[in-house]
Amino acid sequence: MDLQHVNAKLLVRDAEAVDVERVIPVFHGWIQERTLEEILLDVADYRHVPAGPGVILIGHEANYSLDDAGYRLGVRYNRKAPLEGSAQDRLEQATRAALRACNLLENDSRLEGKIRFDGRNLELSVNDRLLASNNDATREALEPEIRVFCARLFAGKEYSLDYDREPRRLFSVAVKASEAFTSDALLRNLAS
Amino acid sequence: MKASNALWTEKLAGQMPEDLAREIEIFENEISLRKQGKMDERVFAETRLRRGAYGQRYDNGQRHDGKKVQEIAYPSGTLTKGPNTLWDAPGMQRIKIPAGGLKGAQLETLAELAEEYSDGIAHITTRQDIQLHYVHIDDTPAMMRRLAAAGITTREACGNAVRNVTACPLAGVCRDEAFDITPYSRALSKFLLGHPDCQNFGRKFKPSFSGCAQHACGLASMHDLGLVAVKRVESGVEKRGFQMYVGGGLGAVPYQAKLFDAFVPPEELLPLAQAIARVFARLGEKKNRNRARLKFLVHDLGIEKFRELVLEERRNLPHDHRWTEYIETAGAEAERPLRAPGLVPEATSPDFQRWLTTNTRPQKQEGYVIVTVALPLGDITAHQLRALADIVRRYTKETVRTTVEQNFVIRWVSGADLANLYRDLHAAGLAAPGAGTIVDIVSCPGTDTCKLGISSSRGLAAELRRRLGEKSFEQDAAVQNLHIKISGCFNSCGQHHVADLGFYGVSRKMAGYAVPHFQVVLGGEWDSNAGSYGLPVVAVPSKNIPEVVTRLTDRYVAAREIGESFREFIARIGKAEVRKLLDDLTRPPADSSDRSFFRDWNDPREYSLGDLGVGECAGEVVSSADFGLAAAERQVFEAQLALEGGDFAAAWQTAYQSMLEAAKALVRSELADLADDPDEIVQEFRARFYDTQKFFDPFVGGKFAHYLFAAHRHAAALPTPEKARHLIEEAQLFIEASHNCYNRLATPVSV
Repeated sequence: MDLQHVNAKLLVRDAEAVDVERVIPVFHGWIQERTLEEILLDVADYRHVPAGPGVILIGHEANYSLDDAGYRLGVRYNRKAPLEGSAQDRLEQATRAALRACNLLENDSRLEGKIRFDGRNLELSVNDRLLASNNDATREALEPEIRVFCARLFAGKEYSLDYDREPRRLFSVAVKASEAFTSDALLRNLAS
Repeated sequence: MKASNALWTEKLAGQMPEDLAREIEIFENEISLRKQGKMDERVFAETRLRRGAYGQRYDNGQRHDGKKVQEIAYPSGTLTKGPNTLWDAPGMQRIKIPAGGLKGAQLETLAELAEEYSDGIAHITTRQDIQLHYVHIDDTPAMMRRLAAAGITTREACGNAVRNVTACPLAGVCRDEAFDITPYSRALSKFLLGHPDCQNFGRKFKPSFSGCAQHACGLASMHDLGLVAVKRVESGVEKRGFQMYVGGGLGAVPYQAKLFDAFVPPEELLPLAQAIARVFARLGEKKNRNRARLKFLVHDLGIEKFRELVLEERRNLPHDHRWTEYIETAGAEAERPLRAPGLVPEATSPDFQRWLTTNTRPQKQEGYVIVTVALPLGDITAHQLRALADIVRRYTKETVRTTVEQNFVIRWVSGADLANLYRDLHAAGLAAPGAGTIVDIVSCPGTDTCKLGISSSRGLAAELRRRLGEKSFEQDAAVQNLHIKISGCFNSCGQHHVADLGFYGVSRKMAGYAVPHFQVVLGGEWDSNAGSYGLPVVAVPSKNIPEVVTRLTDRYVAAREIGESFREFIARIGKAEVRKLLDDLTRPPADSSDRSFFRDWNDPREYSLGDLGVGECAGEVVSSADFGLAAAERQVFEAQLALEGGDFAAAWQTAYQSMLEAAKALVRSELADLADDPDEIVQEFRARFYDTQKFFDPFVGGKFAHYLFAAHRHAAALPTPEKARHLIEEAQLFIEASHNCYNRLATPVSV
């Protein structure tokens, strides 16, 4: 299976306390300062839409967002451009990008520490229905890859997988770690 | 961009209508040719536009980030998809939805596309289309194939073609309609799509259908071809027909459509539309796109001559069986209910009661209800589209329609199902109350994504929506029913001319900085198919617009007469009084350290920082120009007062003088000794600002200068009320362009 267009979303804790508006100038700052290696284009504000994509930093290769889909607020990385490499490479690239973005938000003084990874919950999805329909065949094909990746990400600690089985939706799995990690720790795990 | 793009052709083989499949294949080949440098960029631009693939803001590869202009280093480098439009720059895909009609499966397809190719949002436009933003051109053929397999085309959604045929979304169920116009609008849409007689227009051509004359749903008066259903009795037999209007349009200078025929029978509808298309293609302006809409041709020829030419063309048309073959089966596709009729329940909560009050209305069929799904700023997520598909399957025969107010309507809902329907909409975040009220604000994309946007129309709409939403149900009923419509520039995509409170984006320079503003447009009428157009009263900084709304609505509540509409109220108190009411809001805050004033809504970047003035020497010139432009603005306002007072000759002359004043202000920045002689002003303006293209707008070129030249040529004319009104609109635009020109010339080159 050609695994492309991986999305990784890290849920944030105390979502009710997060003022999503405050991330808008931060995202504009990332464009100004070319904070990320990817080409960043603009900021789209969808706060008016319930359970929507929130505030999106539109890029060429990928979008970053503080996303409220499903009323689950999180930092999402949505890979748009195809990537070379193995399935592990692509899972790692998307998750690492989401972790890095989350880490930047956690440490941005303008946000006063209000945005924090909840330590346990990661959602992985594939934004291409033709390559990865949301069905049993895809789940069977991808689960071994996901398990190998999660073992690395969580340094061998336990985790659970919960698939979204609504066939019209994107292939998506909620990953829940049995113990809490910081974004720094997960980045270190991926680097080792 | 998508790794799966090439796979969709095989996957959907046999599932697409052959003509659409071939059409998409051709487009894909054109993409290849353009990439190989074998197709001219201008030709490619028009061909992609005719497939609905539009440009978007920053697609020239530059973006002002609030501090400086950044070059965007796209991987495809200098490859373009049109003049000054880089290949990799994200674009907008417009999707035609004839009469706004969609089925559940189509909603699901749109959800998939919004997720996979766009930013997860589908946007409903003011012409019942769907738009997806941030789409890569390489993804468009796969996307079009998926749409075609769902029975949807993007063909001729943009470009110089017949655009989406819009229609009243209540057709077939409205208590006030003459008859259901749905089959006629669909027949016209199908007939004109790709028709050879519609391929050589100088500009776009927009048709619209309305089931009645009194409501706004079809907006027939502001369309190139507006059709209003009527019935009449001939020899004791009731017959269907259409009032046919031509040459309407908003745009920079709006024109009311003219009555072409008071009763066109169905069998003549398609051939007459074809004859109009032929005349438009043959005689419409081609070189100057600023005069190329049908409204200018009708205006220049006069409706009588235009009618004569069309009828002559009609007589010479070769017969086409499609003109009438749909009529026999016109009623067969009419929507029917899924569920038995029932009574509307008692409201069980205040929220449900509010929603029932504003978002539902009875159908003409007893026991059935029309439900409006109010969308904030016309936006809906992919998840919500799927939920809506489930809902329309559960309660109706899977149908839904988009509206020109950027909402959905669900028809044929049994009254007995309303409580459950509300529960399901609520679960999907789709049960916002206030449909059709002051909080249901219409806005074009503005500076969010549009290349032409000057001010943030969506940012303002979101802010007004938030503020008004907090108190809308405590407001006076007359205020609740007002319409607010916002455009990011003068081009009227937000339909600001036909709102009670209309706004369009402009910029002004204050304290050396460009400041986002909106022109306040008052006097428009939404009902009666957009019965009259408002005029701009005064430009106010964006951040003061919420206070403008508060003051105007408060004054209306306090001082209106019994039964007086907002439009009538504004006409009674007069624009001079309105201006006085808003006067202090036109100025910047006394505390210039408040930088929020110099930023637009929801955008933390300093607004056009590159417009910062330079040096003391330039400062003197700036002051002089400012003074002259302010005088021009005062004069054009006085022209409005003259128009309001019925003195059309004075309105005409004052509007003309205001243009001279603005031109003089610019010329005097280079030629201090310029005399007051109009010939000399125009001559010097032409030589110094038009011939040198200094006055040219990046997008419309010298369009607004032509308004001055034309006014000067006809300075001694005796105007009709309509002509005086048009000149005032043109003078306002000329002055705006003079402001912009002056701002550009006083701006240091950005790095």
